[in-house]
Amino acid sequence: MKIVVCLKQVPARDSLLRLNSAGTWIQETDISFEVNEPDIYALEEALRLKESQGGEVVVCSLGPARAQQAIKEALAKGADRALHLDDPAFANLDSFGIARAMAKALDAEKPDLIVTGLQSDDFGAAQTGVILAELMGLPHSTIIMAIEVQGSAIKVKRELEAGFFQFIEMSLPALLTIQSGINKPRYATLKGIMAAKNKPLKKLGMADLGLSAADLAPRQKFTRVYVPEKRSKTEFFEGGGKDVAAKLVDKLKNEARVL
Amino acid sequence: MSAEVLVFAEQQGGKITRPTWEAVAAGQKIAADTGGTVTVVVLGAGSSALAPELAAVESSGVLAVESPALSEYTPDGYALALAAVIRSRQPQYVVFSHTYQVRDFAPKLAAALGSGFISDCLGYRNDGGRLVFVRQVFQGKFSADVEFTGEPPYLASFQAGSFREDAVRRGAAAAPVSTVAAEVTPEQIRSKPGERFREAKQAVDLTQAEVIVAVGRGIKAPENIDLARKLADALGGEIGASRPICDGGWLPMDRQIGSSGQTVAPKLYVALGISGAIQHQVGMKGSRAVLAINKDREAPIFEVATYGVVGDLFEIVPPLIEEIQKAKAG
Repeated sequence: MKIVVCLKQVPARDSLLRLNSAGTWIQETDISFEVNEPDIYALEEALRLKESQGGEVVVCSLGPARAQQAIKEALAKGADRALHLDDPAFANLDSFGIARAMAKALDAEKPDLIVTGLQSDDFGAAQTGVILAELMGLPHSTIIMAIEVQGSAIKVKRELEAGFFQFIEMSLPALLTIQSGINKPRYATLKGIMAAKNKPLKKLGMADLGLSAADLAPRQKFTRVYVPEKRSKTEFFEGGGKDVAAKLVDKLKNEARVL
Repeated sequence: MSAEVLVFAEQQGGKITRPTWEAVAAGQKIAADTGGTVTVVVLGAGSSALAPELAAVESSGVLAVESPALSEYTPDGYALALAAVIRSRQPQYVVFSHTYQVRDFAPKLAAALGSGFISDCLGYRNDGGRLVFVRQVFQGKFSADVEFTGEPPYLASFQAGSFREDAVRRGAAAAPVSTVAAEVTPEQIRSKPGERFREAKQAVDLTQAEVIVAVGRGIKAPENIDLARKLADALGGEIGASRPICDGGWLPMDRQIGSSGQTVAPKLYVALGISGAIQHQVGMKGSRAVLAINKDREAPIFEVATYGVVGDLFEIVPPLIEEIQKAKAG
């Protein structure tokens, strides 16, 4: 079974993010990056499928040079090889552009299964995976909490609202977006980190994929990024210790009336 | 190009779902702002039976798209059927609520049409006839203005609660209903959905709790949940959690609050080390009072907090427990 994992490198969750001076995006200097959390679960699912079914896990990531760190982490955990889509023309793509570039890179791979996280921690559009399925002509399902391989088909458990689930069957090849919590992701071992250094990592630019800037033209653009206006009138209490505790208890007793 | 705003009505098992009305409210407002008309579209085998309910809202018409191939929701069926409708009607905007179903098929639909889809919007601004959509990025830490480029149709989905169901305008008379056959055949459907089900009955019903103390990533380690439990005990409340805590197995799934867990509305909701991503907020923003304790002043949880303490929860909670016990004893 050949499984492709699409993953994205995003600013680390605990980074203190600041806006750039133009107010068009965040300042990317002085922050650390990590693998998008739902994609970590997708990678783990791919590695487990490889362990049970045999085959190969290929990582595909689009991003600048720094994204190699995320790719190496996936190789260290057990992915076999990687495709790194890197080109100055890939900056500022929307979900459609990213999916278009990935579709070009992955068509030649003919994977049995493509998995990716259900959304990214930065844009959070939750679109790239589904668009990729459409562009590659694959059936798909989203927000998946379990995968069972049944020969040349799969049975997946899809999460619905308010604690409901549903099983869905489809034949392979297919694409799935994976929900966080589907598994317990592994850590890379020292041996894995050493082995990753020798695993194939292929860089692909726009020309390698046979694409032009017009093919990747965004269908939407961010014009401004800003700190949300405060809608609520939160009453803040400063400091700590007994003093704040006493003030809070007064509020809980006399305003919230829960004591 | 007609300036039509097409509103997608979601149905489940022959019932119009609640987020549909929020999408109608959004569609009516966009039509008013762009000088357009509203058409509501509903898909399914037997969808024409749902048309009268939809025809009660002010619109220029309801379109029921029928096919045996649409008897159950599938992304293939819905994207194909809706793409055919959109190609023939050429609406300016197509409006959705950002539900799990819409997330599943709308990006596919947009890609098939070559259209832009701005998903999970909080609202929009009308800048002299040009609509600027507002959505959250970086898990709610920032907002972003997003505009469509290229040609319509433009697809947009709105987050739950962005528009109010009670803002829907009712029509003076029922809107005309038309029924069309969907351009989709059963052979084009590549996935087979099963019945909806719930896991073993939820052991804990947090919806009835008067006080909930919920923990997030800021609790740092499973053994620290005891501290939250002590606070919950002092307040006579239940313990809850954000998704990552339950994903990590630190608390059982039935303690999870948010879009994929329980929706609660207690008298007091205490959020300990919860940043308050929107998926969590939708599960608790109906709480009467919210006390948030978080080390990051920019955390979105403070957007919905009544009382906020910026600081280390491990320094703030122990004296708070003491003071609560004192107040109860006195």
